[in-house]
Amino acid sequence: MTKTVAIIGGGVAGLETAKQLNSLGYSVKLFEKTNTLGGHVAKWDRLFPNKRHASEVVSSLTLSQGNTQTITETTVHSIKRENQGFVISANSSNHEADAVVLATGFELFPAEKKEEYGYGLFENVITSADLEQMFKKHGKPVMASGHKPVRIAFIHCVGSRDEKVNRPYCSKVCCVTAVKQAIEVKEALPNSEVFCFYMDLRMFGPGYEDLYKEAQSKGVTFIRGRLSESSEIEGGRVLIKAEDTLASTPLKMSVDIVVLMVGMSPLRGTNKLATDLGLSINADGFIAATDLHTNPTGTATNGVFVVGACTGPNNITDTINAAKATVLDVHNYLSR
Amino acid sequence: MIDFGFTPLVASITDLDKANVNLAKQLTEQEPSFALCISCGSCSATCTAGQFTKFSFRVMCHQIRKGNAKEAIAEASKCMLCGKCTLACPRNVNTRNIISLVRKAQTTTP
Repeated sequence: MTKTVAIIGGGVAGLETAKQLNSLGYSVKLFEKTNTLGGHVAKWDRLFPNKRHASEVVSSLTLSQGNTQTITETTVHSIKRENQGFVISANSSNHEADAVVLATGFELFPAEKKEEYGYGLFENVITSADLEQMFKKHGKPVMASGHKPVRIAFIHCVGSRDEKVNRPYCSKVCCVTAVKQAIEVKEALPNSEVFCFYMDLRMFGPGYEDLYKEAQSKGVTFIRGRLSESSEIEGGRVLIKAEDTLASTPLKMSVDIVVLMVGMSPLRGTNKLATDLGLSINADGFIAATDLHTNPTGTATNGVFVVGACTGPNNITDTINAAKATVLDVHNYLSR
Repeated sequence: MIDFGFTPLVASITDLDKANVNLAKQLTEQEPSFALCISCGSCSATCTAGQFTKFSFRVMCHQIRKGNAKEAIAEASKCMLCGKCTLACPRNVNTRNIISLVRKAQTTTP
């Protein structure tokens, strides 16, 4: 009899897992709480490091689903072990499965929690996700008034490496995203001045350092210092303060748009699903791996697997790799 | 000694073979968060005293680590203990305690 695998979450992690399990002949049920597949990536305009359109990645994953049963607009409330399998309760109906993969992803750090940066208070303080929406709609950043911005500042590490908002970890992808977006702004508005306020630039992936160099050569200014505060001035512009730590002097400047590089936070609601299944949560609030080095996709509960950003901040490439690894684990479990 | 009108230059290089880092060791023992600074500059950016003087908490800590305790102790007197840096620090460094320990070191460190 064909065995059934339930995947919770229809982002890139869930989609790749579904695709691979499908090709191995399993019956796959993919639960997605929203009405679209592709998760956060579907909301992005272009991707680092090659500025490829995010929609290409999402459509290549959704178009190769084969017989996957995608169940959208459906929130999974509970997963219970029953006999040898699991019962998934979602939107008042029950589904049975032989194995469960949690691919619930993350949520963007709610930038308004970093009150001193003014998100939600000042109209020209936006997040990196808001900027992607602008690129999608207008192909360039626009001030709330509709005016063309002349000076734009990117603020790294908002909701990352910050114990004051209980996010002590590095979100990995925001550095390179800021550099990508800074280049895109320079390309869309060549006369604009673009600044990146960073603490360390963590360019760990292939092509990332090249992107940093490209940003430098396109005139992006990098200032090593963390923003202390922002305030609104005339015309809805924003005054920001930091220390230029390389010059050891305090610094202030006025800009037209402030872009907060929001980090990846644990998704509220995932913890309950995970802990109900006997999984543990790590110090950063993500689902803990059984063994960080040798078993990053397995869990302490037989038949339950984890993949993607519900285990911690991740980029697309590493998520796809993790999905393939998870599929092998699921296959070994169901063939035992 | 004949006065030639000039003196030999003092090397400005940091020599960690000769540096006296006792104050850094002492502070790390007394206030372990002293070791946790990542030099982001939030403290200095928000510093009331630093807007008008050369004072920078971050630079002061750095001087202590390099063995320039004397300069650092002189710097510590400029702090007004307002505590804004403590609120801003992303690593929860207890900045005010460090300042008061540095000020105490003025009278106790050999």
